[in-house]
Amino acid sequence: MSVLIFIDQSEGVVKKSSLEALTYGADLAKQLGTSAEGIVLGTVSDDLAALGKYGVSKIHQVNNASLNNVDAQVYASVLSEAATIAGATVLVFSHNQTGKAVAARVAAKLKAGLVAGACALPDTSNGFSVKKTVFSGKAFAHVNILSATKVISLNPNSYKTVATEGTAVVEALAVTVSEPKVKVTAVNKITGEVPLTEADIVVSGGRGLKGPEHWGILLDLAKELGAATACSRPVGDAHWRPHHEHVGQTGVQVAPNLYIAIGISGAIQHLAGVNRSKVIVVINKDPEAPFFKAADYGIVGDAFEVVPQLTAAIQKMKAGA
Amino acid sequence: MKILVCVSKTPDTTSKIAFTDGNTKFDEAGVQWIINPYDEWYSLVRAIELKEANPAATIHLVTVGNADAEPIIRKALALGGDEAIRVNTDNSDAYFIAAQIAEVAKQGGYDLIFTGKETIDYNGSSIGGMVAELVDAPYISLATKFDLNGTTATVVREIDGGEETAEVALPVVVSCQKGMAEQRIPNMRGIMAARTKPLKVVDPIAIDALTSIHSFELPPAKAGVKLVAPDNVAELVRLLHEEAKAI
Repeated sequence: MSVLIFIDQSEGVVKKSSLEALTYGADLAKQLGTSAEGIVLGTVSDDLAALGKYGVSKIHQVNNASLNNVDAQVYASVLSEAATIAGATVLVFSHNQTGKAVAARVAAKLKAGLVAGACALPDTSNGFSVKKTVFSGKAFAHVNILSATKVISLNPNSYKTVATEGTAVVEALAVTVSEPKVKVTAVNKITGEVPLTEADIVVSGGRGLKGPEHWGILLDLAKELGAATACSRPVGDAHWRPHHEHVGQTGVQVAPNLYIAIGISGAIQHLAGVNRSKVIVVINKDPEAPFFKAADYGIVGDAFEVVPQLTAAIQKMKAGA
Repeated sequence: MKILVCVSKTPDTTSKIAFTDGNTKFDEAGVQWIINPYDEWYSLVRAIELKEANPAATIHLVTVGNADAEPIIRKALALGGDEAIRVNTDNSDAYFIAAQIAEVAKQGGYDLIFTGKETIDYNGSSIGGMVAELVDAPYISLATKFDLNGTTATVVREIDGGEETAEVALPVVVSCQKGMAEQRIPNMRGIMAARTKPLKVVDPIAIDALTSIHSFELPPAKAGVKLVAPDNVAELVRLLHEEAKAI
């Protein structure tokens, strides 16, 4: 019996969302009185032993270059075999793009109940009940897992990473790696930007900015904050900003610590993509904008005046700190 | 070519979310039901486009749910699709649902199975992957493009921080999202035709659910927005730093 945490890597680097999953899995193992182990697939340049500081005692590695691209079928087969070898009763994933590709397949293969999109540690006082977000962040469900083996995928940005002391033993794991049926022909990564779903702070713009040529003030603010940039659907549809920045019901769903909405009215479809954010700031010149109802802080004012002042004020605060 | 499109009934995006029976049931009072937008706008419409390019193709729709799901299945048939199958059950566990769809898929021998990337009520993003595992087919998650050349598909899918282009031979299971197709409105001819399209009701296969919903909970109400004067952004910065600890 152990908790096995899937460590997701991209180009050899362990993702931030996986550090959250590691902390979550280690805390869960403590709660269950068992050990936490990690598993990583593919070639990794990061120091895996150092991940012990997130609470895992051992990390299994299947160091096979053919696993550098995520193939759901191959990954599911490798991970379920690994879970059996490690004697894992709970598997933890991040509910990121990789988790969405793989966790459900692994769960089906192991006939394990799955809670996808968990946001808190399970309540194990009476059974095994996991809290997850439902209705696009508008509510939570407590879901009982009834099977002996359990799979949990954790919403990114919903569990705080805690690093202490510790080193993990890294062990090569011998499992069958079959040839993927899906042939990857091109990978196109957006470089030099903070990935939206992993960002602590997101600065987002809407139609209120009146045109792509006015995005400079928003980019300056984002740069000052180390934030990712996003936009509303009309902005994406009008090609003012790239489509992958579109946040909302049909776009990307984000859950940063801070979401700053500039010139976005806050249609319910947009809110569905952002309402898991911890703190929401709305800057809009229309005091009736529905977004103010979902906001923690707001400024009713002209974005073209307020945003540069905000950037300057943050600069000043940082200089003083 | 046979295409199976998985369709789920969800509350309209603008529905008020509330719960009854000691927070164990979703309050359906006054709720408008729709086809899950990802199932409708992206997977179903893309399937219809594939059939338009290859009229010999057939499209079957499948939903797992009780009779309340029939209006949205008729609406889906009005958009397109040749017939529908409803697996008659109230069970909502993802594995249970996926097993029912996998059973329908095995019986029908489909080349292509489309799901939406997730439902807007449960947000599990799980059915496609589970079905793929149960029918032992490759799985393309979060697809934004899907093109067919004979029996080989070229797909683009979202990965962390970017996208990936890949090729895969049919059969394949694909979860669809924005980019796959554009929303369509059913026309009168489609609506009339949908009335007489076959809608088969089948019993679920016996399978144990692996999860059950214990209860629901609404997030605590927001305290209300704190407004800061536009000429006092320093105060906003102070609040974000000291009170919210967000910067």
